[in-house]
Amino acid sequence: MSRLAVEAQGLSKKFGPFLAVDHVSLSINYGRIFGFLGANGAGKSTTIRMLCGLLQPSAGWARVAGYDVLTEADRIKKVIGYMSQRFSLYQDLTVQENLEFFGRVYGLNGSKLKSRITQVKELVGLQGLENKLTGKMPSGWKQKLALSCAILHEPEVIFLDEPTGGVDPISRRNFWELIYKLSEEGRAVLVTTHYLDEAEYCHELSLIHAGRIIASGSPREMKKNYFPGHLLELVCPQPLEIYEKLKTWSEVQGVSLFGTRLHILVEKESREKLEQKLKGLGLACSLRQIVPTLEDVFIHQLEKEAEKVKANGLG
Amino acid sequence: MGLVRIKPVIQKELLHIRRDPLSLVLLLVLPVFMLVLYGYALNFDVKHLSLAVVDLDKSQSSRELVARLTSGEYFDLKYRLERISELDELFDHEKIKIALVLPKNFGRDLVSGRGPAVQILLDGTNPTPAQTGLGYLSNILRQYSTNLNLELLNRSGLNKITMPFAVRTRVWYNPELKSSKFLVPGLMAFVLMVIIVLATSLTIVREIEKKTMDQLLLSPLTPAELVVGKIIPYLGLSLIGAVVVLLAGWLLFGVVVKGNYLLLLLVVVIFLFCGLSQGLLISTVASSQLVAFLLSGISTLLPTFILSGFVFPIRNMPPVIQGISSIIPARYFLVCLRAIILKGVGLKAFYREMIFMTAYGLVVTFLSLAKLKKSFFR
Repeated sequence: MSRLAVEAQGLSKKFGPFLAVDHVSLSINYGRIFGFLGANGAGKSTTIRMLCGLLQPSAGWARVAGYDVLTEADRIKKVIGYMSQRFSLYQDLTVQENLEFFGRVYGLNGSKLKSRITQVKELVGLQGLENKLTGKMPSGWKQKLALSCAILHEPEVIFLDEPTGGVDPISRRNFWELIYKLSEEGRAVLVTTHYLDEAEYCHELSLIHAGRIIASGSPREMKKNYFPGHLLELVCPQPLEIYEKLKTWSEVQGVSLFGTRLHILVEKESREKLEQKLKGLGLACSLRQIVPTLEDVFIHQLEKEAEKVKANGLG
Repeated sequence: MGLVRIKPVIQKELLHIRRDPLSLVLLLVLPVFMLVLYGYALNFDVKHLSLAVVDLDKSQSSRELVARLTSGEYFDLKYRLERISELDELFDHEKIKIALVLPKNFGRDLVSGRGPAVQILLDGTNPTPAQTGLGYLSNILRQYSTNLNLELLNRSGLNKITMPFAVRTRVWYNPELKSSKFLVPGLMAFVLMVIIVLATSLTIVREIEKKTMDQLLLSPLTPAELVVGKIIPYLGLSLIGAVVVLLAGWLLFGVVVKGNYLLLLLVVVIFLFCGLSQGLLISTVASSQLVAFLLSGISTLLPTFILSGFVFPIRNMPPVIQGISSIIPARYFLVCLRAIILKGVGLKAFYREMIFMTAYGLVVTFLSLAKLKKSFFR
């Protein structure tokens, strides 16, 4: 039997009358990177806090590394690593001092602590920066240090809450390489983000909206399962004008503007009709079918949700 | 609770203190500074009162009397005047606090036994020095007149006349009646309380404000371990602060510890524990460092200054205020301190106060732990 790293069923959290997390279920295997996507306030952080045993769920259950979040929170704390969206190390301590403090708090000491710090510094690339004051480092380095502090005690499950917020693209890229290394070591990684290009790096994804998971699967599955019809890309001279026009056409299910390009969602059958109609306009445009990006998928899903809410509201 | 996790917290706190020299200054230099400031400013000894004498007589007797007044350190003769009307301006401009008017023919009436009257005028704006000054002056005058009487009787042939009984006064604990001896222990309590509460109250709020709390909450650290780890370095530092204050009290104000040093140490540690627990409670309640700063100020400055018996005697207060003062740890600390430093008495005189302070510290620590646990597991 392969034990799951994280397993949650119907996890819910109510703050007064407000349902912040609504029956979230998920499972993560060891060695996998699980992406948790959603807007700010969608319930990502609340879910993570429940999984870490910081917050009591109002309903449902969850096990992390085999421990029950309700009854074994103190055991969970020893086997998880957590890095928050806000940089939460001591700015007035040096890199080495931060590492030593967090290592000791997790019960490491002596030669074990020393060798782990050396290992982690090597992995992350913090060698030579030991005596730098944390507060004076660029944010990309701080992020790496925060990750280092979170993995010193070799956690089985790592929670990264928007780890790359406010970091330049190159540092983000490096950071993701680290995340891969960690997952290759057999650790489960749960990462939240709202950078959709980052979502592509994950093995599995869940899109959370208003406390509920509205789509989940691997990036490829997401594009296949949650995106009906064809996505066409139109390149033309006056995209804005065409955009307004397309919105009124009955064949077009959705249209969005990406710079000079338009992404048009149509049903399989109406594709030819659309091509005809566009030709009729006498414009020099090129139309081709493309694979939807995650962004297309999420925009589509979120629009569907909004429509549902609207329909419910009217009914 | 494990020492394994308390130790790194202590080391981390010490690093914070080292990196922030201001907190070191706060803990070690400020106490002495406050002691010096208050020690010299808060002086209830009435000495060197500015005196003016209007000597309308200018006889040998009048000169003798004036010489008698100015021989001690109580009065400084600032003005010798010719007319009473000149006094108005001097009083108005606070040039003098007290004035003595000797009438014309003072000397002659004295010799002839006609019992002349002298007049004392004084500025009553601040009643305390006015009363004390009046006391001194009347005393000197009375003694002078008694001596004159005795001389007169002796001269008229009644040999070896003495007073019906003699008064022998012995002042205990503070023979010179110096107010600094009374005030310095109180100042110690005041200064230590303010500083400890302030320093500790900032520690936890700082973690919350700088968002470092999250990381601690998610580590295996328990609230008790965090609190103990944070208390110990401040306890150590404030203990050094207490020693510095004691030294300064001895060097600057000549306050020597008469009692047992170990007992003194014990009492100081218990009191510091009260202050630390109060600071922690504030720390867990306050939403920001600024709020913590203000709360520390409000909860220490006035209560320890006014309600501890530091300056104002508690028995003179209305019952309600006396009731409030009974929950101020500094009140009990003061009893212990004065007993040890000034009187040199033993544990029997103040064990009740020590028990109360211990209880206060424990209850408040418990409260802040409960509050902290609540924010750990919302």
